[in-house]
Amino acid sequence: MAALAALCAALVLAPLFLILVFLTRAGLGAVNLEFFTSLPGPAGERGGGMANAIAGTVYLLSLAAVLGVPLGVLGGVFLAEYPHIRLTHLARFAADVLNGTPSIIMGLFAYILLVLPLGHFSALAGGVALGVMLIPIVLRTTEEVVRLVPSSVREASLALGIPQWRTTLQVVLPTAAAGIITGIMVGLARIAGETAPLLFTAFGNRFWNWDPLKPMAALPIQIFAYAISPFDDWHRQAWAGALVLVTMVLLVNVAARTAAGRQLRLR
Amino acid sequence: MASVVAAPASGPVAAHRGDRLFGVVLAAAALAVPLLLGGLLLALLAGAWPAVQRFGLTFFAGSTWDPVTHEFGALPFIYGTLVSSTLGLSMAVPLGLGVAIFLSELAPGWLRVPVGFLVELLAAVPSVVFGLWGIFILVPWVRSVLTPLVKGALGFLPLFDGPPLGIGMLAAGLILAIMVVPFIVAVGTSVMRAVPTTQREAALALGATRWETTRRAVLPYARSGIMGAVFLALARALGETMAVTMVIGNVPQIKASLLAPAYTIPAVIANEFTEATSDLYVAALIYTAVALFIVTVVVNAAARLLVGRAARDAVLGE
Repeated sequence: MAALAALCAALVLAPLFLILVFLTRAGLGAVNLEFFTSLPGPAGERGGGMANAIAGTVYLLSLAAVLGVPLGVLGGVFLAEYPHIRLTHLARFAADVLNGTPSIIMGLFAYILLVLPLGHFSALAGGVALGVMLIPIVLRTTEEVVRLVPSSVREASLALGIPQWRTTLQVVLPTAAAGIITGIMVGLARIAGETAPLLFTAFGNRFWNWDPLKPMAALPIQIFAYAISPFDDWHRQAWAGALVLVTMVLLVNVAARTAAGRQLRLR
Repeated sequence: MASVVAAPASGPVAAHRGDRLFGVVLAAAALAVPLLLGGLLLALLAGAWPAVQRFGLTFFAGSTWDPVTHEFGALPFIYGTLVSSTLGLSMAVPLGLGVAIFLSELAPGWLRVPVGFLVELLAAVPSVVFGLWGIFILVPWVRSVLTPLVKGALGFLPLFDGPPLGIGMLAAGLILAIMVVPFIVAVGTSVMRAVPTTQREAALALGATRWETTRRAVLPYARSGIMGAVFLALARALGETMAVTMVIGNVPQIKASLLAPAYTIPAVIANEFTEATSDLYVAALIYTAVALFIVTVVVNAAARLLVGRAARDAVLGE
C-alpha cells in the first residue's frame, strides 16, 4: 500500500521533472546575451531577444505592487488586529473569492474599467489586472503573519503608554516584516507568470515602451505568441523565455521557503 | 516630573484620536476588497448586458457560435469546460489523494518535506509554460503513443472515436490533471493531518495495520475536507486558461469523443476577445465570463465550507 502511495507521488512529480528537463534542453541554447539585450527580431528571421518583454514584466509587476501591496498589507493588518467584527469576515470572504476567481476574469475587469474608457490597451490596465490578483494574496499572508506576532509584544508596547497605532506600525509590523515581504515576493512570483489577464490589457508590444498608457510587452505574452507561431526560431525563443520565467519563479519560491523555514526555527 | 504629570493630560486624547484615524485607514483598506469584488461583478454585468438582454438564459442552451450572423450560444464552451475539468479531476483526484495519504500517513519523515515542497513547486510553474510543454511534448506524445494505445484497447467505444490529432479534450484533461493535483495534495494532506492522533491510535490499538487505520480511521474523518479539496481543484480547472487554450484545439463543437478538439469558456475569451468586432460579440464573450465567475464562486464557497474551520486557515489562505 505504501508502495502504491509512493508510486502516486512519483507519478505526480514526473511532470515537474519532465517540464524542467525539456525546458533546460530546448531553452538553454537560446538563452544568451542577445536574448536579454535585444528586441524581438522580424518574423521568420533568426536572432533577436526578449529584452523589452523582460523589462515589461518587471514594469507591470511594479504597477501591480503599487496597487496591491499597500491595500493588501493594510487590509491584512486590519483582519489580524480586529479579528471578530463583521467587516473582517466580509473582507476575508471577499479576498478568498477573489483568490479563487479565474485570472482571465481579472483581465476582463481591467478591460472594462480602463481599456474601454481610454480607448486603447495599456500597461496601466495590465498592472491593474495583476494588482487586483495580488491584493488577496498579500492580504491573507499578511493576516497570517501578523496574527503570529505574540500578544506579549503588543502588550509590552501598550504598557509603556505607546498608542495602539504606533504599536502596530513600529512594533507589530517590523516584527512581522520578514514574513510579509516573503508573502509579497511569493505573490509577485505567482502573478509574474500570468498571461490570460494581460492578453487584452497590456496586450504586448514588439518595441520598447515606458509609457503606462501604451501597450506593453510581457514575458508570458511573448512566450504564448511565439509558442503558437509557425517559426522554429521563435519556438526556441519561447522555450528560452519559459526557462527564464520558470527559473525566476522557482528561485523566489525556494528563497521564500528557506526564509520561512528559518523564521519558524527562530520562533 | 512635570512631563509625567503632563502626559496623562494630553496623552490619552491624542492617542485616542490617532488610534481612531489609524483604525479608519485600516478599515478602508479592508473594505476595499469587498467593494472590489462588487465592482468586478457590476462591471462584468454591465459589459455583458447587451448579450443578456438579447439572449437571456437561452444563451446557455444554444450551440451555434457564429459571430458573422450574430448568433451566440455558449453550450459548446460550457460542455468543453465541464468535460475537460471532469476528465482532469478524474485523473488528479486518485493521484492527489494517494500523495496526500503518502505525505500524511506513510512517508518516512525525511521524505515528507522534500516531496511536499516539490509538489508545491509544480503549482508555481506558470500556466503558459504548461501550455508550451503541452504543445511540443505532451500533444505529440498523446498523438503517437497514448492514442494508439487507448484505440487498441478501447477503440470500439465512441469515447475514442476519430483521427489521432493529439490536440483535443484528452490532452486538455491530462494537462489540467497535472495543474490541479498540487491543490488536492495540499488540502488533502492538511485535512488528514488535522485528524486527531487518538483516532489513529485507537485503530492501531485494535490491531489495524497502517493501511487499515488510514482507510477506516483517517479517511472517513477527513471526508468532508477531501471533498473540499476536490471542489477547490475543480474551481481551478474550470478557470484555467492558457494551458488549455494551447492544447484543446479550440473548435466550438460537442463531440462524444475525447480525441476530438473542443473549446472552453476561458479559452474562447482568450482567443476571440481582441478580435471581437461588434459590441454584441464582446458582450457575448463577457456573458460567458459572468457564468464562469458565478460557477467558480459557488464551487469555491462549497470548498471552503467543506474544508471547514480546522484546516481552512492553513490551506485556503495560501
